Amino acid sequence: MSGDNGGNPVEQPASFEFTPENIARARALIAKYPEGRQASAVLPLLYLAQEQHENWVPRAAMDYIGAMLDMAPIRVYEVATFYTMFNLRPVGPYFLQVCTTTPCWLRGSDAVLDACRSKLGIDIDERTADGRFTIVEVECLGACVNAPVLRVNDDNYEDLDGPRTLALLDALARGEKPPRGPTIERQNAAPVGGPTTLTTLRFDGGGDAA
Amino acid sequence: MPKLTINGTEVEVPPGYTILQACNQAGIEVPHFCFHQRLAIAGNCRMCLVEQEKAPKPVASCAMPVADGMVVHTNSPLAQKARKGVMEFLLINHPLDCPICDQGGECDLQDEAMAYGKDRGRYQEAKRAVRAKDFGPLVKATMTRCIHCTRCIRFAADVAGVPDLGGTGRGENMEVGTYVEKALTSELSGNMIDLCPVGALTSKPYAFEARAWELRKTESIDVVDAVGTNIRLDARGQAVLRILPRVNEDVNEEWLSDKGRFVVDGLLKRRLDRPYIRRNGKLVEASWPEALTIAAERLGKASADRIAAIAGDLCDVESMLALKEVMTSLGSTNLDCRQDGAKTPAAVRSSYIFNSAIAGIDKADVVLLIGTNPRQEAPVINARLRKRYLKGGFKAGQIGPFFDSTFPVTALGEGPAVLQALVEGNHAWLDVLKSAQNPMIIMGSGAVARADGLAILDLACRLADAVGAVREDWNGFNVLQRAASRVGGLDIGFVPGPGGRDLDGILDGASKGEVEVVYLLGADEFDVSRLGNAFVIYQGHHGDAGAGRADIVLPGAAYTEKNGTYVNTEGRVQLGRLAVYPPGEAKEDWRVLRALSEHLGRALPYDSLPQLRQHMLSLFPLFAQVDDVVATAWQDFGVQGPVSGADFAYPIDTYYMTDPISRASPTMAECAVSLAPNPLSKTGTHG
Repeated sequence: MSGDNGGNPVEQPASFEFTPENIARARALIAKYPEGRQASAVLPLLYLAQEQHENWVPRAAMDYIGAMLDMAPIRVYEVATFYTMFNLRPVGPYFLQVCTTTPCWLRGSDAVLDACRSKLGIDIDERTADGRFTIVEVECLGACVNAPVLRVNDDNYEDLDGPRTLALLDALARGEKPPRGPTIERQNAAPVGGPTTLTTLRFDGGGDAA
Repeated sequence: MPKLTINGTEVEVPPGYTILQACNQAGIEVPHFCFHQRLAIAGNCRMCLVEQEKAPKPVASCAMPVADGMVVHTNSPLAQKARKGVMEFLLINHPLDCPICDQGGECDLQDEAMAYGKDRGRYQEAKRAVRAKDFGPLVKATMTRCIHCTRCIRFAADVAGVPDLGGTGRGENMEVGTYVEKALTSELSGNMIDLCPVGALTSKPYAFEARAWELRKTESIDVVDAVGTNIRLDARGQAVLRILPRVNEDVNEEWLSDKGRFVVDGLLKRRLDRPYIRRNGKLVEASWPEALTIAAERLGKASADRIAAIAGDLCDVESMLALKEVMTSLGSTNLDCRQDGAKTPAAVRSSYIFNSAIAGIDKADVVLLIGTNPRQEAPVINARLRKRYLKGGFKAGQIGPFFDSTFPVTALGEGPAVLQALVEGNHAWLDVLKSAQNPMIIMGSGAVARADGLAILDLACRLADAVGAVREDWNGFNVLQRAASRVGGLDIGFVPGPGGRDLDGILDGASKGEVEVVYLLGADEFDVSRLGNAFVIYQGHHGDAGAGRADIVLPGAAYTEKNGTYVNTEGRVQLGRLAVYPPGEAKEDWRVLRALSEHLGRALPYDSLPQLRQHMLSLFPLFAQVDDVVATAWQDFGVQGPVSGADFAYPIDTYYMTDPISRASPTMAECAVSLAPNPLSKTGTHG
């Protein structure tokens, strides 16, 4: 979500500072890079700022990080606007990322997206009137085996379809936190319905082990 | 040295050259947008693709280093096809608005599209548009036209040293800009207009003024500072419409300061286009004979020690020489061309020029700035210092108040006491200077323009000797002048003769009634209220402080309206040329003085500019070496004496307003309001 916001300025906080705890984490991150190359820490620091600041990076935080890493502010803006994972305007506490890349799409991501739209009454890149939910469309979340996937903040909900997405959103709206992972009978990314390979493998010389 | 074959011809180039450079050396043109020889290599426009044998695909020649035995084809079908593809992609989002684009006629994209563009596009979808951006009063941004070559970004970050520009967003949403709305704050921002290969960055004041092919081009010299930037005056009819830099590797490379570029609209405002005589306290229009008669009468009537002349900062050498000779013919030695009160001795040339020459900066490894803010006093020289800093192995120290430098400087202190400590050997930085291979000292013109100026010069001279800044093969003692006329004026000795009064003497005399007539040749930069009741003759081109106080106004020519010689801070003699004629009844300055001498009955011995130049050459042979720096012998200068404890002060308050032309310019007034670090309140000249 770029900070452009359709030409409407985003209301920005006047200042930003890391918490003492995050300052320590930031120092540790910076120390990973050779002397004079501290600018390399800009990505993890931006991520840290996003984590600290209600899941979005205000401009004050970019300036703060720029000063911390001895970079011109514009160099931080360039990085922050390049990566779509940084939110540059406020998002809801439930930040829904719907994957619509080919594997998820083939497995029915349209139904997931439609369920989100109809349930919440908003479209992609929008935020509900009560401010609780934001939907964004993302590229591959790296869980193609369990497609289609919906990520809520840091948790993946997998193997979704329309009804299960609606149930998930209902639960979230009630303030519950359903267990993450597959929403069907399945162990993580293991095959649906139990093992399908190595079921006949035997080591005692019998059977038809190939 | 690697040998490679380009288009069937064997070429030998230095190692480290790129294919594009090798092609240039071989005289083969390769189209490009993002590559620029004075900027870092980006390799992102892909227009310079060439075919390299045994490479799997076309290579970007701007970023590909040469190797021995390479075989390159720049015009093979593959290379042609690759470029046509690149061009088609560039034109997908580039608006076809050439008829309303100011770049039209001098646009790289337009030119290359003639060679590599298709006659129609295959792209049916909507073009991308970019929301309007405001880059301040000088640069007009139409970023929908941007092809993302990033030249402006690299220029701002590397050359100007003001990293405000960047590319934000990605893919189709990438935009070149400042991200947060702000004006470009560099004194060199206008150069981005020249660098931009398309019409994304154009000149705001010049918007929709003229087409490139309508303009008459005249090569000349910039006078708003003492760099002597080589410029081209583009005029149509009787108006200079824009000023562009010319390439001169030894002086300005290819940059021009914003003041030098955008001062152009000041040439049409507040002009003195006819003579005036003060009658009953008001200046009224007069004819030339009337004005000259009265001026001659007043000059001739007063005794020689009761008349004086002051030359301003924009004067050409010819007119200063003519004025000097008029005054000499009357027996007066009350002359000064140092209207800032500088104590510079005219007798020792090495005490007032940039001895190492500007190109010498490339060789220096330690620089000490004394009472100078080069960013404001000479932005182009500042860019050279920054370039040197980027090369590495460079240290800079600074004596004077803090300023926002574009390269790191170590602050050593703010007053002459530091200089004294250095000379006496009790300062840590002395070792830094001593251990340098080519130490350089840059004195600001402001450091000499104070009561203890000569003592400070003496300290600087001794410091230069002590740290080995002056050797047979290196002279690192430099004075950074900021008045275009200063070195020339000192060269012809436009300073008080024996028993003559200097600026202070003239002004004191005038306020006490000891000096009756003061002749101002474009001199506006001192406190004119100190002229007391003296009769003031002002010869110049703009209605500024001097003309406001004058009793007689003789209209002269601005630098674009006369052929004149200027000597830059290095002591380089350069010729400014006439692009348009002076407005109304105004005349070239030496002609005015020649006419005045006639009225005085002491006609000057020349009737034409060639004769005047001949005469000048016979007196001062150094003016024969046009465009060169004349080797100058090193001598001691300055006078040992006490220095005051006062801190150094920089002579420029508002960069955009330092002379009568820039003060008359609406564009400069707008800059002074919106871009200066301490914005002025809006003035009457605004808008």
